[in-house]
Parts: sequence; C-alpha cells; structure tokens
Amino acid sequence: MALRALLTKRAPTLASGLGPFASAGGSGTGWQGLCHARGLKVAALPDLEYDYGALAPAISGEIMRLHHQKHHKAYVSNYNDALEKLDAAMAKGDVAAVVRLQSAIKFNGGGHINHTIFWKNLKPVNEGGGEPPHATLGWAIDTDFGSLEALVQKMNAEGAALQGSGWVWLALEKERKKLLVETTANQDPLVTKGANLVPLLGIDVWEHAYYLQYKNVKPDYLKNIWKVMNWKYASEVYDSEAA
Amino acid sequence: MQHQTLSCCGGVRASSPPPLSFRWSKIKREGGRRLPRCARIAAHLELKPPPYSLSSLEPHMSRETLDYHWGRHHRAHVASLNNLIAGTDLDGMGLDEIVVASYNKGNPLPPFVHAAQVWNHDFFWQSIKPGGGGRPSGRLMELIERDFGSFDRMLEEFERAALTHFGSGWAWLVYTANRLDVGNAVNPCPSEKDNKLVVLKSPNAVNPIVWDYSPLLAIDVWEHAYYLDYENRRADYVSIFLEKLVSWEVVSDRLDVAIERAAERAREDETRRLEDDAEITHSEAVEMYLDSDADDSEAE
Repeated sequence: MALRALLTKRAPTLASGLGPFASAGGSGTGWQGLCHARGLKVAALPDLEYDYGALAPAISGEIMRLHHQKHHKAYVSNYNDALEKLDAAMAKGDVAAVVRLQSAIKFNGGGHINHTIFWKNLKPVNEGGGEPPHATLGWAIDTDFGSLEALVQKMNAEGAALQGSGWVWLALEKERKKLLVETTANQDPLVTKGANLVPLLGIDVWEHAYYLQYKNVKPDYLKNIWKVMNWKYASEVYDSEAA
Repeated sequence: MQHQTLSCCGGVRASSPPPLSFRWSKIKREGGRRLPRCARIAAHLELKPPPYSLSSLEPHMSRETLDYHWGRHHRAHVASLNNLIAGTDLDGMGLDEIVVASYNKGNPLPPFVHAAQVWNHDFFWQSIKPGGGGRPSGRLMELIERDFGSFDRMLEEFERAALTHFGSGWAWLVYTANRLDVGNAVNPCPSEKDNKLVVLKSPNAVNPIVWDYSPLLAIDVWEHAYYLDYENRRADYVSIFLEKLVSWEVVSDRLDVAIERAAERAREDETRRLEDDAEITHSEAVEMYLDSDADDSEAE
C-alpha cells in the first residue's frame, strides 16, 4: 500500500512533505488502483532535499551524485520498463511473462522504495543531521535497545556482517509498537521481512554507497553515516505510525 | 550434522538462525583433541598473488583496483578463513574440500563465505592476463559452438548473466558433468552432450563446485571489482573483461582437466556398475512383499 504513494505520473516529481511512508496508513487499495487504471502510473526519481555535496565529509558529493543520478535512476527506469511489460503481459493474459517479470519488479521496485527512504534518512549537519531523537522515538529506543549508542552499535555490527549487497533497517513493528533491527538482501524492501514492519531508517550497505570514499572499510562508512542521520524524519514516521 | 534444508545460498549472514551456529560449534574439536599449534600454523592457507604484476592490467583494470581487490578484499578473506577454521575439522583440508564441506548442502557454515571467496578470487586472477581477449581455439571452441551455436552467442549469454545478476555475485562458464548422486540411478541414454558448457550466475560467494560443476571462467560482479574504474557502468567492465582480459588459454586448459575428470569418473562408474551387476547375478532371489491392506482399502 505504501507503494501507491511512490507511484506518480511520469512528469511531476513527488511532493516532499512527510515522505512516502507517512501516508501508508490503512488504505490498502494501491495495487488495485494501479490495475484498474489503464493509464499506467509509473515511478519517478524523487529530487533530493539537499545538494549532492551537502553531506560531505560523511558522504562525498561524488558518491551522492552517482548514487542518485545513476543507480537510483536505473532502478526507476528498469522498474517502469518492467511495469510496462507487465501491463502488456496482463492485457494478453500471458501468465508466463507475468511470472517472469516478478524478479525484475521486486529488484528494481525495491531499489526505488529503499533509495526513496534513504534520501530522506539523511540530512546535512547544518540542517540538523546527526541530532539524536528526542521524545517518543528516543524513549522507545531506550526501552527496546537500552540506549541510542546500543542501537547504533547493533545496526553497525549487522551492517558490517552482511555478506553481499543489502540494507540494514531500524524497523517499527506496528502491532506491538516495538522497534527492531532487520537486514534485507540486495534490494529487498523491509516489507519482505514482515507485512507490519515500517521502515524508520534504512542504511544502504551496497558497495556503491561507500566504495569511492571508504573502499573496503565498510565499518568506517557505517560509523560516519550517523553524523548525517535525519532522526527528525524517523521520529515523524514513528509518531504517525505508532500513534 | 548434515541438514536437508535447501535455504537460499549465501544470503544475509547477519540474521543466521541459531541452529546454524549450534551445528557449527559441533564441528569444532574438543579441547583435548587439539592439534599442536605448529601443525595448525602449517595448515594455514596463503594469499596467492596474481600471476602478473598489479599494474599490468592497466588501463583495463587499474593498479588501484588490484591494490584493493587483491590486496585488501582477497587478503581479508584469507585471514578470516584461517581464523575461523583454526582448530576445527576443516583445518588442514584442501580449499576445494573446505568450500564444499562448509557449504553444508545449502545451509552454509560461517567459514563458507570466506573459503568460497578465496577460491573465487584465486580463480578470477588466473582467468585474466595482460593482453588477454581474442578468441579460443581447439576443443574449447568446438564445444562452445556445439553448445551455444557460436562464440558470439556464448559471449552474449555470459554478458547477460553478468549484467542481470541482482546484487553481488559472480557469472560463470562451467563444464557440467554431473552424476546423479543417487545410489542406483543410471542415466538411461547417456550421450556426449550430457557433458556440456553452461553459463550461470551465483549470488555473493557461491561457487559452482558446490553443485559439482567444473568452473572454466568467472567474472566478479561485486561492485568492488569495478567501481573504482567503471563506477556504476558494469556493462563497460564486463565487455572490457571479455575483449581485453580473458585468458582463453587458461580456460582451455581448465576444460581439458574437466573433461579428463569427467572421463575418469565415468570409468569409475562403469567399473562399479559391472561389479554391482555381477553381485546381483550371484545373489539369492529377492523376496517381495505385497501390501494386502492397501488393496482392500482401494476396493471400498
């Protein structure tokens, strides 16, 4: 259902606001809406709310540029291609093609979902990046992990131990209102680990997210990314989802 | 100790289920049975250098890439592997054996990632050379034409595998000469084409020897393999690899070894089959049981 907010007509970019997951509350009609509308709704590359160089020195401008303009853009266009093929296959009733397209849709659609969250998870230091969470989310972190430091340590350890490409997440399990750390492989979005998991923060541990700057030293990347973490975004999602 | 679960290979290790570490701990030797320390040091696996200087693949693969890829990534896997296997039953085995044993029939143990990545990287460095590329000849070319239609079609398929792999991993050209690992199964009509060349891809560290294939060529499509030279342009890296770097001589030599190994196994199978036949002829008639209950229930 959250997908619906990510889908938009080809031309305009997604309005900024609270981001794609803020409106993810109960509608549940996203996919149906997509199927019924013959004018296919495709995904669009969102704009960043800061300059490519604004996260340096934690993340270099060159990494941000390639990551957004090349990697994320490729996920969007490959997802849209697959979606158009899917539309044609469904119109023809070509079951084999519908099934064959699933892996490309999952990978590229997942890449689009994950990166859209990732950009919102980051914020330049002079705009409040790295400022720790207060109030409800801060208390929830203390309750579930002991302290913010313990959470950071856990996410860094799981991110460093992840073999291959993937993501490490701070997740909210909606029903129990409990915070969890999860990892997903490749571009699997968090929802593949549980339908009621809401992503508050996602850290990209694909090599393309850090290699030009940190090379093989992934732990340094993980240590530094917290300096530009947008806890305000995570808190807003937490408050709207855990309310 | 062996487990039947066929989980997705080489997945995310951070969330390994508890039973895995339990079985792994069982493999570790009891304190009393430890080998003397010097024996374990002697069994340490070494970091093999590429068979050419680190700058000699330029401009197609930079010295800087080799410094990191071989000098850091490959080296780290060797160190982690030695660390993890010290004092376990894997210590002292050959690298091939460690890869297959630690794959644990699709439920990999912690050393697998490192063992397989050491194997893969050794193999990768040997697969390329300064002034590589061109076209193969001889038996390799004949089999490529037989199994893919043409050399160009094989290249296309290899490139497609490398480009469509979602995430970190490897693309391979392998020679398959599988035997059914089922005691009494016999291929009803064996033919020369059962042993053939195939292109495949594998996630993360996974290596086709765990499926009993003979690898002939590998390309590393982890981003660290090409990011410093080609950034996000994996397609450029893959085509340069095939046009300028592959050593078809090495691939050809590997094919000869793989064919010889398959022939040796076929001879062993034949010998065993003849022995089994002889045994059956000499043994008593087999008693047969009929399940009368089943017949009754079906008649109702």
